[in-house]
Amino acid sequence: MNELLRANILKWFGKGMRYDGRAFGEFRPVSIELGVTKNAEGSARVRIGDTEVIAGVKMAVEKPYNDTPADGNLMVNAELLPLSSPDFEAGPPGEESIEIARVVDRGVRESKAIDTAKLCIEPGEKVWAVMVDICTINAAGNLLDAAALAAMAALRSTKFPAYNGKAVDYEHPTNNKLPMLRIPVLVTVTKLDEHFFVDPLIEEEKVADARLTVAITEAGQICAMQKGGDSPLSIDDIGRMVDLAAAKAKELHKKL
Amino acid sequence: MGYDKRFDGRRPDELRPVAAKAGIIKRADGSAMFRIGNTVAYAAVYGPRDLFPRFLKDPQRGILRCRYNMMPFSGAGERVKPGGSRRSKEISMVTEKALLPVLNLEDFPNAVVDVFIELPQTDAGTRCAGICAAAIALADAGVSMKDLVSSVSAGKVGEMVAVDLSYAEESYKDGDVADIPVAFIPRTGQVTLLQMDGMIDKDGLKKALEMARAACLQIYEVQRRALKEKFAVPVAVKGNGSTV
Repeated sequence: MNELLRANILKWFGKGMRYDGRAFGEFRPVSIELGVTKNAEGSARVRIGDTEVIAGVKMAVEKPYNDTPADGNLMVNAELLPLSSPDFEAGPPGEESIEIARVVDRGVRESKAIDTAKLCIEPGEKVWAVMVDICTINAAGNLLDAAALAAMAALRSTKFPAYNGKAVDYEHPTNNKLPMLRIPVLVTVTKLDEHFFVDPLIEEEKVADARLTVAITEAGQICAMQKGGDSPLSIDDIGRMVDLAAAKAKELHKKL
Repeated sequence: MGYDKRFDGRRPDELRPVAAKAGIIKRADGSAMFRIGNTVAYAAVYGPRDLFPRFLKDPQRGILRCRYNMMPFSGAGERVKPGGSRRSKEISMVTEKALLPVLNLEDFPNAVVDVFIELPQTDAGTRCAGICAAAIALADAGVSMKDLVSSVSAGKVGEMVAVDLSYAEESYKDGDVADIPVAFIPRTGQVTLLQMDGMIDKDGLKKALEMARAACLQIYEVQRRALKEKFAVPVAVKGNGSTV
């Protein structure tokens, strides 16, 4: 069924054109809005073209993990809401939402975006937990990059709630922001035949051969990667894709 | 001292600020946002579409399936664990019952109309806001309907009968509280949702329902306006400059 779509997309790609008239290395318009839900400690709405996601950060005081007794806990979750696409179903998280959550998580964790040592209250006993939930509102392609951008924007706007040593007082946020060290963004480069492009539409995602998602800090450091799709990539391919991702990451950093 | 002045200064029969917008989610067949005070509901409608598993199909009429869900960061206090709870299951069910009477599902045998309600921000009255959003979204999707459904909660705080209780009022500690979410078919005045928890006497209940009815007519206007705005036809200008 996708073969006709693939042939048609390739026909236009051959002329250097995409369905919506963009160049291969061009994102749709990106916008970020902060403070979109008042009960979260931090939140952001990201739009990339018609794609729209909301990320919210909730905080709590928890016991640390055994292997990191003096670090705060980080959790990233993605909800592919059935409201956002005819292709998403209600029910337990599927492969796609788990992949999005884990790739965003790796970008934040491995870049050491949050100074987790500063989230420790009492080593081995009490640390701050940072819980990021990403909810899709309109799934129109490139959810990975949008999810990561929303998560980072929400984290950067997060303020600690008050804490008296026993209970968290969510009604009284403090002015203390999360201790952030780095700002990773994700850029996914998609491959179809010999073409490489960013910010895929749903139609392009359906017929793509492979994709490479690269997490990149504001200093240009690569901090996480994920290859997707059914086809293999050559080392040359990977080089080209990382180069394109790095160039695009600079543009996304300007938006944050 | 009793509760004679509302925490937010509203009159007993006064709604929190209400806003609505149709067509907020492009990929859905119909969609809407409904906001009342600090409670925000999004609704998306998919269908009528093919229904699986097959044994659920009804050859006489289409079925309606609703899902109510709070986003994990939407509530005051701790994070809401994703995935359904007993509460969200029940609300999904009563939402379905509240909307079903206005739908002409006999036009769509074997099909399903899916309604997904998501709450990005909550402050009491979420099921009512969800129903209001869903009604607009169903109309936006072009599903054949007899009317919209409008919904609000009414109740009693201390001795005051009031409409659209806020979270602070629902948690009032110095007297009885009754919370009564209701939904009306605005043009007939029939009730399609009625739940209640708390304490209220018969006269108080009647008064609360009358108040909710009046408030729902105001909400109805906001819902209709949202649809009219979405489907407004730009006024064409004739060659001579006069409007058609």
